[in-house]
Order: sequence, then structure tokens, then C-alpha cells
Amino acid sequence: MSSLTIALPSIGEKQPARLLRWNDGLTRFALSWPFPLAVLLIWYVAAEYEWLPPQILPPPSMVASTFIDLVRTGELPENLWISMWRVLAGFAAGGLGGLALGVLMGLSPTAKDYLYPTFRLIAQVPSIGWLPLLMMLVGIGEALKIILISKAAFVPIALNTYKGLQGVSTRFIEVARVYRFTRWQLLSKVVFPAALPQVWNGIRYGLTHAWLALVAVELLASSEGLGFMIVYGRQLYQLDVVLAAVVVVGAIGFALDKILALIEQRLLRWRTDGF
Amino acid sequence: MSTATDSGSRIDVRRVLRGAALPALLFTIWWAVFHFGWTDSVMFVPISKVWETAVRLSATGELWRSLGASLARDLAGFALGSTIGFGVGIALGLSRLLENLVGPTLHTIKQISLFAWIPLISVWFGLGDTAKVVFLSLAAFFPVVLNTFEGIRSVPRELIEVGRVFALTPAQMLRRVVLPAALPSIFNGVHLALIYAWLATLGAEYLLTSGIGIGNLLTDGREHLWMDQVLLGIVIVGFVGFTLNLIANHIEGRLLRWRGTSTGQY
Repeated sequence: MSSLTIALPSIGEKQPARLLRWNDGLTRFALSWPFPLAVLLIWYVAAEYEWLPPQILPPPSMVASTFIDLVRTGELPENLWISMWRVLAGFAAGGLGGLALGVLMGLSPTAKDYLYPTFRLIAQVPSIGWLPLLMMLVGIGEALKIILISKAAFVPIALNTYKGLQGVSTRFIEVARVYRFTRWQLLSKVVFPAALPQVWNGIRYGLTHAWLALVAVELLASSEGLGFMIVYGRQLYQLDVVLAAVVVVGAIGFALDKILALIEQRLLRWRTDGF
Repeated sequence: MSTATDSGSRIDVRRVLRGAALPALLFTIWWAVFHFGWTDSVMFVPISKVWETAVRLSATGELWRSLGASLARDLAGFALGSTIGFGVGIALGLSRLLENLVGPTLHTIKQISLFAWIPLISVWFGLGDTAKVVFLSLAAFFPVVLNTFEGIRSVPRELIEVGRVFALTPAQMLRRVVLPAALPSIFNGVHLALIYAWLATLGAEYLLTSGIGIGNLLTDGREHLWMDQVLLGIVIVGFVGFTLNLIANHIEGRLLRWRGTSTGQY
């Protein structure tokens, strides 16, 4: 570390800002490859010279061919579909419930007084803490997965919706009063838009948590789905299957996050348009 | 939350009563189910039985051994993961080259749902405490590294310039300007790491079943259909999570006191 210069965005006085940004992006893209490629190379060399037995570290080529096989035989798409269905169903149920509770508590202090303490009590136990209890109550069927995923999505969405509505500045509301907004106008034009960024934050957390809960529940109590593929491969010491499934789990997590980020950009466009 | 203690020293009785209404209703239903014998399912145990189990398990020491083992694991993994995360986060925050080289890979790996690592870790590190601590470190690592990095990157430019004016050495700059300014974000990451590490402790104990811990207590209760033990386990899990959170909030409040009270209200 020769000098401590905090990397600040460079000021492009000489070049047009746009060209500079494009150049910057290209450099970033190019620089993002050496590290993963080096890891892949070490992995390849380690497997090729059998520094570790293939049961512990299968070569990357084997993982790739297993991946293609799993896709071709339909095993991977089938399990992927099951997992996706579960996470979307659970997320939808938990998300709608969370939004409803959050709005209720955010708008009505009386409802908040009644519900908030119990909500905090339930939220205190992490989702997978409920797993053994739910397994006893509803068995290990589809209901277990949907309930657990719903719970995982429910808590952050309810909490952020509530806090978002609570945090709406009283100044906004005063302005609306001056304009003699009706209650519905006040909610739809002032309160909800103002709370939206935080509500959306909750939705993103909710989806991440739902995906986390899905993998956990599939690892522990399932006979199909991506999580089950991982456990199954592990039991047979087929790490190529495990690694292929782990890569897919990462890719789906990445895609879900990206989709929500894109929607956010559109949904909250008015925030940046002002500047 | 200083306002709560300043102005709210007089407890609002009505709000407390309202808050207790729903739990009271649920407990009454629970009690009534037994009192009137509406079910003879083994899944439903009276509240008194949960208490008896708590007393029995703490008398034999099993409860304390499990709790101790879980907490020791939790803290070991948390300390290891957040220390490494802190170091890597600083390195990435200070060097744009490192950020460009390693950042994208880190962001991609982060997307792999935490629990998916457990089967791999069990092959590489076995089922014992080593594997569990490795997994917990992983859980604590990501929030700390990302928040440290972001904290350092968002240090206001003016602060750096002031540091330059005073001709601070790089070490001084880091210690006196960059780290204090990044501290709120770093602490945010540490706080998240604490939550994730506790979540991961449970997951590790469910899936890597060798050894003792609260997670094993829960799994054990489920396998034998001991609902009382499962319920007790859940209460303890919630209580530990709550306490860790409380401690983190307390430390955060003390460490960030110099920032003044204005931010505390949001």
C-alpha cells in the first residue's frame, strides 16, 4: 500500500463523461476474469494431479459434463422447477400476508398495539428454528415447505412495510392536508409512494430469505428439488452432482436478485428523475 | 431508542394490555385444549409440561451443556468469519484494483444460498466442530466484507481531503479518518453477521448431527415426538437471538455515541 488514496470516481474533465464511463465498464469487466479463472486453474491442476481424491474434489470438466447430463436427462430441470414453484408459492403467500400486516400496523396505531408485540415474539426465532415444530405438526409434505418459506418472507416484508409507513415524514402529510387531499388520495399519492423504497427493501430481503429457507428445508426434509439433489449427491459421494446443483442454486439466487433490482429501477424511477 | 426511556418512563398501561391480549388468547386456547381434553394427540402437551422439561433438563445439566456448546460454536465462527471479512473488506475498500479483481467473484458466490454449502463442507471437513465453525465463519464473512467495503467506499470525499491537508500518513488516515467514518456501516455488517451466525449455528447442528447443541436438542425432540422439548428448544433459540441482538445494539450505541443523537431517532 504505497499511498492511501480512496478510490473515488475519477473526474473526466478531458474526456466526455460517457466515453469515460464506457471505458471504465470495459476495464472492470476485463479485470473481473483473472481471479475466477485462476481459481478454476488451481482447481483443474489440483484435480488433474490428484492432490485430492476425486471423491473429495472432482475435476471441473467432470462437473461440467455432469451438469450437461443432468440437464439432458431432465433431472435438473425437473428438480429446479419443483424448487422454483415452492419458493414462488411460499414467497407469494408470505409476501401478501406480510404486506397486509405491515399496512395494517402502519396505518392503525390500535392494530399495532394489539399485533406488534406478538409479531416481534414470532420474528425473534429464525425460520429454521420453527422447522422441527412444523415437521411435527404438519409432517414433511408440501405444506411444510410452503409454510416455512412463507414465514421466512413474511417477517422482513411485514417489518419493513410497517417501518416504511411509520417513517413517512409528517411534512409530506401536512402538505397533503393543505391541498385538502381525501384520505384515499393521501394514501395513494403521498404515503404509499413515500414508503415504497423501504417496502421494496423488505420485499428483496423477503425473497432472499425465502430462497435461503427453501434450500434449508429441502436439505432436511424433501425427496425432490435442488436441495434434495445436493443431499442425494452427498450421500452417494458424487460431488460432481453436488457442485453442479450448488452452481444452479447460486445462479437462481443471482437471477432472482437481478429481477427485483430491475423492477426496482423502474418502480422507483421517480426518485432519480428529480435530480 | 433513547427517546423511549426519556419520555416513556411512565409505562402506557393500555398499550401493554393490548399487546398482551393476543398471546393471552392463544395461551387460554392452549390451556383449554387440555383442561377439557379436546385432543389426545401426543403433539399437544400442556404448558406445565414444557416448564417441567425445562426444569428437568437444566437439573441434569443437559440444557446448559447444549446451550454452552452452541454458543461457543456460534462465537468462534462469528469471530473468525467477521475478522477475515473485516480484513478483506478493508483491502477491497482501499484498492480499486483489488475490488475489480475480486469483487465480482465475491458478489457471485454470495448468491449461493448459505445452507447449500453444508453438504460440501461435510465432505471436506467432516461432521465435527471444525466443519461447523467453517460454515459459521462463512455465514459471518459475507455481511462483514460487503458492509466494510461499502462503508469505506462511501467515506465523504471532503473528509479525505481534510486528512490530506493535515498531511496524515496512510496509517493515520486509515485509523483516524477512514475507519471512524466507515464505522456505522461496518457495525451494521457485524450486527448482521451475528444474526446470520446464529441462524447458521442451528442449520449446522441440524445437518451436521454429530455433537451436542440446541439444534440437536430440537432434532432429538422431534425424532422422539417430544413436543415439550421442541417447544423449549424454540423458546431458547428465540431468547438467544434476542439477547445477541440486544448486546449488539448496546455496543453499537456506545461505539457510535460520538456521532451524536440526531441519527438515533431514525
